[in-house]
Amino acid sequence: MKNTRIRVLIAKPGLDGHDRGAKVIARALRDAGMEVIYTGLRQTPEQIVESAIQEDVNVIGLSILSGAHMYLFPKIIKLLKDKKVTDILVIAGGIIPPEDIAELKKMGIKEIFTPGTDTKEIVEFIKTNVNTI
Amino acid sequence: MDYQEKKRIEEAKKQWENRILNKVLPQFPERKEKFVTGSNQEVNRLYDPLDLEDFDYLADLSFPGDYPYTRGVQPTMYRGKLWTMRQYAGFGDAEESNKRYKYLLKNGQTGLSIAFDLPTQIGYDSDHPMSHGEVGKVGVAIDTLQDMEILFDGIPLDKVSTSMTINAPAAILLAMYIAVAEKQGISKTELNGTIQNDILKEYVARGTYIFPPLPSMRLITDIFDYCSQELPKWNTISISGYHIREAGATAIQEIAFTLANGIAYVDAAVKKGLDLDKFAPRLSFFFNAHNDLFEEIAKFRAARRLWAKIMKERFGAKDPKSMMLRFHTQTAGCTLTAQQPDNNIVRVAIQALAAVLGGTQSLHTNSRDEALSLPSQESVRIALRTQQIIAYESGITETVDPMAGSYYLEKMTKDMEKAAMDYIIQIDKLGGAPKAIEKGFIQREIQNSAYQYQKDIEDKKRIIVGVNQFRSEEEPMKDLLKVNPEIEKRQVRKLDEVKKKRKEKEVQEKLKLLREIASSEQNIMPPILDCVRSYATLGEICDQLRAVFGEYKESIKI
Repeated sequence: MKNTRIRVLIAKPGLDGHDRGAKVIARALRDAGMEVIYTGLRQTPEQIVESAIQEDVNVIGLSILSGAHMYLFPKIIKLLKDKKVTDILVIAGGIIPPEDIAELKKMGIKEIFTPGTDTKEIVEFIKTNVNTI
Repeated sequence: MDYQEKKRIEEAKKQWENRILNKVLPQFPERKEKFVTGSNQEVNRLYDPLDLEDFDYLADLSFPGDYPYTRGVQPTMYRGKLWTMRQYAGFGDAEESNKRYKYLLKNGQTGLSIAFDLPTQIGYDSDHPMSHGEVGKVGVAIDTLQDMEILFDGIPLDKVSTSMTINAPAAILLAMYIAVAEKQGISKTELNGTIQNDILKEYVARGTYIFPPLPSMRLITDIFDYCSQELPKWNTISISGYHIREAGATAIQEIAFTLANGIAYVDAAVKKGLDLDKFAPRLSFFFNAHNDLFEEIAKFRAARRLWAKIMKERFGAKDPKSMMLRFHTQTAGCTLTAQQPDNNIVRVAIQALAAVLGGTQSLHTNSRDEALSLPSQESVRIALRTQQIIAYESGITETVDPMAGSYYLEKMTKDMEKAAMDYIIQIDKLGGAPKAIEKGFIQREIQNSAYQYQKDIEDKKRIIVGVNQFRSEEEPMKDLLKVNPEIEKRQVRKLDEVKKKRKEKEVQEKLKLLREIASSEQNIMPPILDCVRSYATLGEICDQLRAVFGEYKESIKI
């Protein structure tokens, strides 16, 4: 892991079209030396998990601003578990109320970044946590 | 300015610099090397008559209600009538949203603005697999005419003006609105309102497209044509810079890309053979109001002047109404912070002030909690009260365009107009907005600006109170709005019931006819109206159109 670049899939699950955050993060992670694949809009949980496996990523970053996170995020976590994928760090961002954050973290999303987060904080989080999975 | 006057001011300025300024600067240096606007345009220390050397009052501003409309589209502006206070709202199902609309109307709101959920905006019924988890979330779920009947129950459609944020399936929702009016016994000619109907910005900023550009443009021009004959008071499109700005564009890019899209719609309609002065008066616009007060006021005034010139000089419009840029404004969602959410009330007030000083025709003020969730009823009330305080207490409504003549504002208005025009020329060279979008030019420009903005915040070149400075420990905000998770099941059940009750044979015939007309060059509105009247679902209607038009696939570049 030390000498290879961290591979990240940035994904937009569901029908939400707000992709400013996803695109900014994608670029910031790339500028920080990571390899970034961006799925584009309207991805189903199945498509996201499929891409993550095919692209052999270390990290999945999910972005939702539409309020569908309590349906779509757990579905992605479950699909990963079903496929016995245990070595991918899953993080998320968007408009997500505090009480949902607590619940999503219990389900296995490692961290949730809300509006106003510094991208350097996300870079650091990934670097610190990607190896511990 | 005459030569003598100019000399005199230049002389005095030099003296002032030597006598006063240069003595103070060494002792009290300025806070920064370079000062910039919210959109990274350099700001000078001072503006004075020398900045407006070639300023021509009659040509550049003239009087309100007169070409080029810099000072506003009506001669008396808010002395005659205040702007329409229009809060964008909708969530859950039709019953719940109907209650929220009645609450807003009771609290002094003067127009409705309907938010639809994502499945509705993308043409899926609530029982479609892609709809799971999204039904009723960002707006109200509409599957059939029955939902629209409930949505406007007890709201007489000849007494309100209704704005609907609907784009790809705009024709269908407009048809449903007409059908509800018919049931209320109200004539089409009485209907007052707006459909967003602006597909080009969906491809670059908002994401709720369905069909490829060409058939999408046909749907739009069919609506122009139909409404110019049947719904004379209806705004057939709301050409939107709002979402372009939210996606990260600068103020200049916001007006440049919006007006470039406007040009593309006018071009398409003229090409189709529509009479310019018949459809152009019903075009309307929608802009963002960001934090930089002066830059935003200048933006609205520059956009008005630029559009007037485009319509007159480029398209040869004769009717003054074709040249008037009328617009709705919403305060900038992207400036709301999840940290210290009450601070957002102040941001919204400044942004709303900019919109009113810029001469908006209607306004939505965001709620303080929208970086966290959909707004609670209490937050929405504060947002509406903010508009009312500006309207009734601030005094800025008592005269027309009170900021006019400010050296800074007029200079900036002029500079922004020029910079936006330069962009439009560049887009023209690429073959117009649709081609520029196809080539990814507009998307790239927006993404670059968005990234720059984020970097400026992280480098503290830009201070956001409570985010990168002045942080404090805080309790998580309470009483956030939660959409009832049972809504989706309830909505699917209602949809099933409608399907069981309707005359299936008639529905299938109407859908078949729609498909035939979609493949022809006839206007699409009449067969869509027939479909919705027979309770065909939004998804069924869109499926017919998908079969004929195909679906748009975005090309991804980051």
